[in-house]
Amino acid sequence: MSEREDGFYIAFVAMASPCEIIIETVKRSLAKTIGEQVSKEVWRIEDKYSRYNPNSLCSEINRSNNKPVTIDDETFALLNFADTCYQLSEGVFDITSGVLRKAWCFDCTDNIPDSATVTQVLKNVGWQKVTYDNLQITLPAEMELDFGGIAKEYAVDRAILLIKSLTQFPALVNLGGDLATNSARKNNQPWQVGVQHPGFEEKTTMVVSLFKGALATSGDAKRYLLKDGRRYSHILNAKTGWPIENAPRAITVSAPQCIQAGILATLSQMQGNNAEQFLTEQDIKHWVIR
Amino acid sequence: MAEVVAVTNGDDSMKNKIHNKNLKAALTLATTALFASVHASSAAVPPDSSNEDSWAFDSAFLYYSEADRVSAAEAIFSAKKTFNDDSILNLKLTVDTLSGASANGAIAQPNVQTFTRPSGKGDYDINTGDTPLDDTFKDTRVQLNAQWTQALAQNYTGSFGAHLSKEYDYLSLGINGNIAYDFNKKNSTLSFGLSHFQDTFEPEGGLPKPFISMPLAYHDGDDSLHNVTRQGSDDDKTTTDVMVGFTQVINRRMVTQFNYSHSIVAGYLTDPFKILTLININGIAQDYLYENRPDERIKQSVFAQTKYHFDEIILDVSYRYMWDDWQIDSHTVDSRFYIPLENGRYLEPHLRIYQQTAAKFYQPFLMQGEALPEFASADYRIGEMTTFTIGLKYGMKLSDGNDLAFRLEYYRQDPESSGHDAPGELADLELYESIEAIIAQVSYSF
Repeated sequence: MSEREDGFYIAFVAMASPCEIIIETVKRSLAKTIGEQVSKEVWRIEDKYSRYNPNSLCSEINRSNNKPVTIDDETFALLNFADTCYQLSEGVFDITSGVLRKAWCFDCTDNIPDSATVTQVLKNVGWQKVTYDNLQITLPAEMELDFGGIAKEYAVDRAILLIKSLTQFPALVNLGGDLATNSARKNNQPWQVGVQHPGFEEKTTMVVSLFKGALATSGDAKRYLLKDGRRYSHILNAKTGWPIENAPRAITVSAPQCIQAGILATLSQMQGNNAEQFLTEQDIKHWVIR
Repeated sequence: MAEVVAVTNGDDSMKNKIHNKNLKAALTLATTALFASVHASSAAVPPDSSNEDSWAFDSAFLYYSEADRVSAAEAIFSAKKTFNDDSILNLKLTVDTLSGASANGAIAQPNVQTFTRPSGKGDYDINTGDTPLDDTFKDTRVQLNAQWTQALAQNYTGSFGAHLSKEYDYLSLGINGNIAYDFNKKNSTLSFGLSHFQDTFEPEGGLPKPFISMPLAYHDGDDSLHNVTRQGSDDDKTTTDVMVGFTQVINRRMVTQFNYSHSIVAGYLTDPFKILTLININGIAQDYLYENRPDERIKQSVFAQTKYHFDEIILDVSYRYMWDDWQIDSHTVDSRFYIPLENGRYLEPHLRIYQQTAAKFYQPFLMQGEALPEFASADYRIGEMTTFTIGLKYGMKLSDGNDLAFRLEYYRQDPESSGHDAPGELADLELYESIEAIIAQVSYSF
């Protein structure tokens, strides 16, 4: 935690990303409390929904082998949200699509899998095969859930809710580029947010003015394959098992909540060539890097 | 959420229409549902303001006022420090002042009555038909409590405390110790506690002899007639409590607690300011005698409490049954609803109902010509009564993160006859007067 001219800056690491909180207050104890509680909450969500952590609920579900696993209200709500995204995207966005990485390794090489491999792995993708209710979830054997597409944005929104319950001082939470605020800065000034895409050689940084709400970015920075001059984005179509063609390299979207911004960014990337048109038609404020 | 899915599935025109204009609206709805339904789990983990190595402070100011009787003002300041090893030090200072009039135990009469003040140096008159109240009641009390809590071993928590309370004529010193054992993945806690208090009472005017007639007031400095009615200037009282408790987490939403306590109070338990009216068969006062109570009281109580966390509201209900060898049985039901509003604000309605039976030696007056009982008291506080409290608390989170709350309550006490006849003139008089009070409190945590 460090003190700045206009408040406090708190940094920590979660979800494999650098995280920061900026709070415009002179009260050190309040800043400390917020730092401790927000990081605790983010780590809680990471511990619960990370597929890398063998003790997480996500791993427990992924190991369940078609046996029901008990879930709580929070997980039920997240599954409902993921279900809505699946329905809205007609199955292109699917939290069971994580197993596709068994076929795809986005290491910037020309390592394109053959279609037989993709078809084989695709058998284990399909949200419609998952049954769940408010008490339990049953995931067929060999299938996996991956909350990676929503957990970080969800954590940002939870952090903002937590901060709102503690203070009305202006604050900004940034978890590895997905960020949200509780209000405009002092004197109704906007937050100046540098949207960085660390993977890009040219280190493109867009400075965005944000009065309120959230920003989320979907990008493929260093995660793509290149073969015969064709760029394969790491954004996979869960229906075909193949990358979305001509997806922009990065899309940043603003929305009232971070989780909304994140889904809109992902869904618009899935439009490939039509991403900008889609965002404009939807009247969504956006920044696109091709 | 179900609605969103239903619309998406049911409306075929949306098929393959991610371009549909409703995307933003549908996502907004889904996001609202997401955070609405998990709001409860965030409330279940209340912000823990007692962070490592920092002090947290609570302050409160309370005002209690009975109509025409006692009023009290109380200021509480407490400080809590949590250390890095989760040990907790709690310090609390309470200062209260009481003033006003309190029933002296005598009954209303169809004529003016004159009573000697406890000091013996003056007297006061009570109008026809009024419940006799001694208006010299005035005191300031300072209380200090210190409590240290720490882990003793895995799953064992110990807590030790000391208490000091001093008022003009009263000194109370106490110590307590408690040990708690968590088991069943910390879903169950068993606790055992002991406490001991040593009180010394040195009332103004000394301790009256049991059942001695109230002497006339003296105005000339000669206290010899007063002194023959006294048996000393001070006396002691000890209180020893043993408490066993069991707390069980039933599920994410529900916690229950059960306590049993056994308490032995020994020493001077009489109220030296309380008298009984000695009446003739027409109900007319002939004399006023000082009361006398046993020198031991054994109290037991069982207590059950349940907190239930609905999606938003938290319900907290408790019940206590207490009984003692003075034959006072009491029931207390206390309930609170915590209702969160927007921006950290909340409302908390409160309802408490209390009922007790009279002590076996309680009697509203003594009859002339009847043998004196071994013990007797006309103190309404150990008579049969029903009381209720109804109130509302409104709390808010200030912009600097501190808590501010206001509480306003109405209290009513209805003493009842426990089957004593009211002979002669007393039939027309109000012997069991109700008491109403207003309680107002402001509290601030920082």
